[in-house]
Amino acid sequence: MWDRNEMAARAAKEIRDGMYVNLGIGIPTLVSNFIPKNLDVTLQSENGMLGMGPFPKERYVDPDLINAGKQTITELDKTSYFSSADSFAMIRGGHIDMAILGAMEVSENGDLANWMIPGKLVKGMGGAMDLVSGVKRVIVIMDHTNKKGDSKLLKKCTLPLTGRGVVDSLITNYGMFEIISEGIKIIEIADGASLEQIKAATEGNLVI
Amino acid sequence: MNKVFPSAQEALDGLVFDGMKIAAGGFGLCGIPEELIAAIKLLKVKNLVIASNNAGVDDFGIGILLETRQVKKMISSYVGENAEFMRQYLSGELELEFNPQGTLAERMRAGGAGIPGFYTKTGVGTIIAEGKEHKEFNGISYILEEAFVADLAIVKAWKGDPEGNLVYRKTARNFNPNAATCGKTCIAEVEEIVPVGSLDPDHIHTPGIFVNRIIQGEHEKRVENMTLTE
Repeated sequence: MWDRNEMAARAAKEIRDGMYVNLGIGIPTLVSNFIPKNLDVTLQSENGMLGMGPFPKERYVDPDLINAGKQTITELDKTSYFSSADSFAMIRGGHIDMAILGAMEVSENGDLANWMIPGKLVKGMGGAMDLVSGVKRVIVIMDHTNKKGDSKLLKKCTLPLTGRGVVDSLITNYGMFEIISEGIKIIEIADGASLEQIKAATEGNLVI
Repeated sequence: MNKVFPSAQEALDGLVFDGMKIAAGGFGLCGIPEELIAAIKLLKVKNLVIASNNAGVDDFGIGILLETRQVKKMISSYVGENAEFMRQYLSGELELEFNPQGTLAERMRAGGAGIPGFYTKTGVGTIIAEGKEHKEFNGISYILEEAFVADLAIVKAWKGDPEGNLVYRKTARNFNPNAATCGKTCIAEVEEIVPVGSLDPDHIHTPGIFVNRIIQGEHEKRVENMTLTE
């Protein structure tokens, strides 16, 4: 079974040299810790920055320099800044190679729900709907089941969608999966997890 | 024409009215027009419709206008950090229209560019698309989103000159250039008003034609989520 860091590390293995990548809030943010140093990868932050650096030391904190999670960050030599409209021209226009984001539910045909639970506090979709509709490859990182043990890989999402048929790949604590036309294809099983466990914890159609 | 005003309140003189539509720049608490928001609070205008990516926090940013019940409706993409906002929204006192972040930015951009609407893939197949015109281009479905034109745009820049030319700093740029264009009138507040000619014309982000009034202000620039290395 993979923990948060192992899931992030697995996602990082999908990143190739030269890619422009947008990382979501939560576990996806950890992915940047696992990108091999020999790869030239540029991180985009949708609030208007390309070439995002690491979190700052205290003396370098700049209130004018934050990421989309409103966290303080740093710039790099290659950094550029731009308006929100330009930022989403990059995203919607298909110029970003990969987005890695969290989810509440994913369906066997790649529908994604990650922004709203009816009856609970709704915070908003932020840039998630734009990202999933525009970025070339969308990778979701999430736990395979919810706290009650119910599958989050479903035949059909029960929550309001962020996008329809938008998920390409999925990384859970049980392994790595791809959404193909027949369903959820197992690509890799995490150490300590078993096929039987995955079958039992997956409601959507598994392709083995 | 003199665009330079001595204070936020004087810059707002004659421009505010109950029920007006305002476009505000800023992302979280970064690059928000702090002094103009504070002055709008003092002017006590009500039933405001505000398009802004976020709604501030309880005691800072647009949050201070929620505290005084001056806002009728927010058009935002994410409002997670504001308890008073949630209270008013859940009790039905405040209307909320969620826009995907890129759609909100493009609505402002289009509004400023004289484009009444645009088709986007964002939100297709979700509740955002309900009731909106759908159209196929090359076999892909898009929805029609309408431009946003504000009675007043309020923006924050780093430096500006008396012509209204603006330069933003780092990620404090965000929605500001887009908001600036979509107001029938735009007021910019800057950290420093510099003499005409001292900004490099090649490096101006918002040309002065979009800015009607400009003030120099003192900015707290509060950090919302301090995150340090190690």
